[in-house]
Amino acid sequence: MNLLGYFRAQRNKNTASVAKERLQILVARERAQRGGPDYLPALQEELLLVIRRYVEVDQDAVQIQVDREGDCEILELNITLPDHQQGR
Amino acid sequence: MGKIVVVTSGKGGVGKTTSSAALATGLARAGHRTVVVDFDVGLRNLDLVMGCERRVVYDFVNVINGDANLNQALIRDKRVDGLYVLAASQTRDKDALTSEGVERVLDELRDQFDYVVCDSPAGIERGALMAMYFADDAIVVTNPEVSSVRDSDRVLGILSSKSRRAEQGGEPVKEHLLLTRYSPDRVKRGEMLSLEDVGEILSIDLLGVIPESQAVLNASNAGIPVILEDESDAGQAYADGVARFLGQERPLRFTDIPRKGFFGRLFGS
Repeated sequence: MNLLGYFRAQRNKNTASVAKERLQILVARERAQRGGPDYLPALQEELLLVIRRYVEVDQDAVQIQVDREGDCEILELNITLPDHQQGR
Repeated sequence: MGKIVVVTSGKGGVGKTTSSAALATGLARAGHRTVVVDFDVGLRNLDLVMGCERRVVYDFVNVINGDANLNQALIRDKRVDGLYVLAASQTRDKDALTSEGVERVLDELRDQFDYVVCDSPAGIERGALMAMYFADDAIVVTNPEVSSVRDSDRVLGILSSKSRRAEQGGEPVKEHLLLTRYSPDRVKRGEMLSLEDVGEILSIDLLGVIPESQAVLNASNAGIPVILEDESDAGQAYADGVARFLGQERPLRFTDIPRKGFFGRLFGS
């Protein structure tokens, strides 16, 4: 790189680090979506049915995610209940 | 029993066929009987890069369909002993590669050869999935560029869930990263992802870094696997990759810009 190029490069943002940041976020999200076992969608569906026997919740109230930490797999289950709960 | 090695990437144009040709040639040159198989049905190209396009009589699909036997379809390389090519078919029938057919041919090949190198087509459709399914080792060819890295990660996901080894619960497919079209110059200027960046994102073992090189086009123009261009940077980088694949230690080369003198830095390009 010559002297002129040096100053030109200073003006441009470092695009490689932007690329790296975007990729890290994207890849993490895509891995989280696919990593899980095949039965996850069915499990989610059935859990939703069971919960709805007691509480009226939205279709997207049940969130399931599988995380891996080393040799350990963690099944994370998130159920969002409505603000005012009505028992049946 | 030979090893099945798939060369894959997801994205097209990153150097799968160039790399398949170079690696297979390198393995054969190291004394291992090697066959390189073109899985890109409909878009045969490995024969051109290997320089044997005029000697193709029977192809992969002919062997699967029983129109020819394996020995009729294998093309012996005239430069390197123990190196053979199995060309892809030019048929437009996408279902020509049946799972049973591919398995039978690959089984037969691994009886005869030490290494069966499978040159995968781009994408994640049938041909690509078939090339990946039976693999023992996978060489993931990646350019230091966002779409290529993303697609490589996708392909790694498929290897770890949809390959035969994954389905049968055996030892996972061994994954190797081959970074191609690398410009140390642009990395230094912050314009290109570095090999450390790509390694960090994909987190697999680095097999080699191939510099962006004029030798690659020159070699494919002539139908010579670039690894046979012993003087060229790309050829030497592929040779290092083959050595590492065979378990030898080789320091990385061509990943730093050559040092310039003071005036060079001021006035050079």
